[in-house]
Amino acid sequence: MAETSQPRHSFFVRVTHWLTALAFLALLVTGLEIVVSHPRFYWGEVGNVNTRPVFKIPIPASRSLVPTGYGYTLPDQNGWSRYLHFQSAWLLVLTGLLYLGVGLLRGHFRRELLPTRSDLSAKRLAASIVEHLRLKRPGAEEAWSYNVLQRLAYLLIIFVGFPLIIWTGLAMSPAFVSAFPAAVNVLGGQQSARTLHFLLTGALVLFLLVHVFMVILAGFWGRVRAMITGRASAR
Amino acid sequence: MSKLSRRQLIAAGAVTAAGAGGLAAAAKLAHRYGLVPPDSGGIYGPGETLTYAAQRLLTRHSMAREFSRSQISAKPLQNEVAPLGDEFKRLQAAGFADWQLKVDGLVANPGSFSLAELRSLPRRSHITMIQCEEGWSYIAEWTGVPLSHVLTLVGAAPQATHVVYRSFQTEWWESIDMADALHPQTLLAHEMNGGQLPVGFGGPLRLRVTRQLGYKSVKYITGLTVTDNIKQFGKGLGSASPEAGYAWFAGI
Repeated sequence: MAETSQPRHSFFVRVTHWLTALAFLALLVTGLEIVVSHPRFYWGEVGNVNTRPVFKIPIPASRSLVPTGYGYTLPDQNGWSRYLHFQSAWLLVLTGLLYLGVGLLRGHFRRELLPTRSDLSAKRLAASIVEHLRLKRPGAEEAWSYNVLQRLAYLLIIFVGFPLIIWTGLAMSPAFVSAFPAAVNVLGGQQSARTLHFLLTGALVLFLLVHVFMVILAGFWGRVRAMITGRASAR
Repeated sequence: MSKLSRRQLIAAGAVTAAGAGGLAAAAKLAHRYGLVPPDSGGIYGPGETLTYAAQRLLTRHSMAREFSRSQISAKPLQNEVAPLGDEFKRLQAAGFADWQLKVDGLVANPGSFSLAELRSLPRRSHITMIQCEEGWSYIAEWTGVPLSHVLTLVGAAPQATHVVYRSFQTEWWESIDMADALHPQTLLAHEMNGGQLPVGFGGPLRLRVTRQLGYKSVKYITGLTVTDNIKQFGKGLGSASPEAGYAWFAGI
């Protein structure tokens, strides 16, 4: 039987999706590498090995300044890590702005991501949650419209998760903060920004894991092909 | 498979050409207005250039946050320092009476300053944060002579673009552009928290740059060179930091 396909994801959605994925992976890897140079987190304005941390990550560090209890330090990779981290941050921000701009102009968010009022009824929400928890495989029609939990999750990541992690990142920039001190003052201080940035990383990684798992549940190659070629098998 | 119409192809071509032209014009303007950092070559160049240009456009004259006295860290952290050697110990034993800050380059009156001379110059204090690139930080009160004052005294030329600063630890040399060099918070600091700047924190002399990460606030300053051609120093990347793989501009 000949398979027909129909358009599912527009060019700009596909391009921004993959650029964001690339930027996020680079940011994650380099960010974790930077944490390795000082695997302790504080709250408030200042924090260092002389002050009490809020939590420590029990790994060896790449600087002997931090007493980790391990008898060695890891190789220092902060130079290129920081260069790549900030360059990837630009990629993420510029891609995000493009996505927001084109998306708003074309009604992408209204059409694809905004749940309807009936979707948000307690009954429908509960049903969707139960379906997800039961790892129910989505039916063929679900390839054409995001379900309510998907919509809420994507909206949360796009409009809350990413903006917050960008904000907390900028709040660690001495030059940016000198011009916009509110960015860090509102968060409670530079170390609070750093700790929040790290916790938000955890949240985004959790999203990524669930996202990939759900894509696998729905049929990995079908979904990925649609996000690359823009077309999915006819409904 | 959608077919591209001739009109779409022409439009795409026009947009690409306009984009490329725009980029070329932007690059030229960026160079003219000093918006390109010296380590802009290489694969991380675009990110560095975007960062430096954006910061210079948005934050050129902004002041780093100054804190209240009660926020001074009770236990500031001394980062590790490589052994300073016998010559330094000799200078230290003499109370740094023989310490010299040599100033040369594009200046009308090159010369050198002793610590006593620097201490007799007008001084400014500010309570600011030092942020290390590793992620830790502390707040301290820094007191010293504004670099801008010293540059005026030696008659720095108006076409100067950067100030190179050298340390007793010769492998750790840095540079800043004139926006940072003339910034009111940039100090040749000789006091910390009301007393002599301790050796562990960079004493007798540290160039305190408040709007960039700690590694730009080089310790044990022995020399300043004013220049309009930063590329002629070292490997032409701006300072020792890019030569070691770290960004020249550490404002982030």
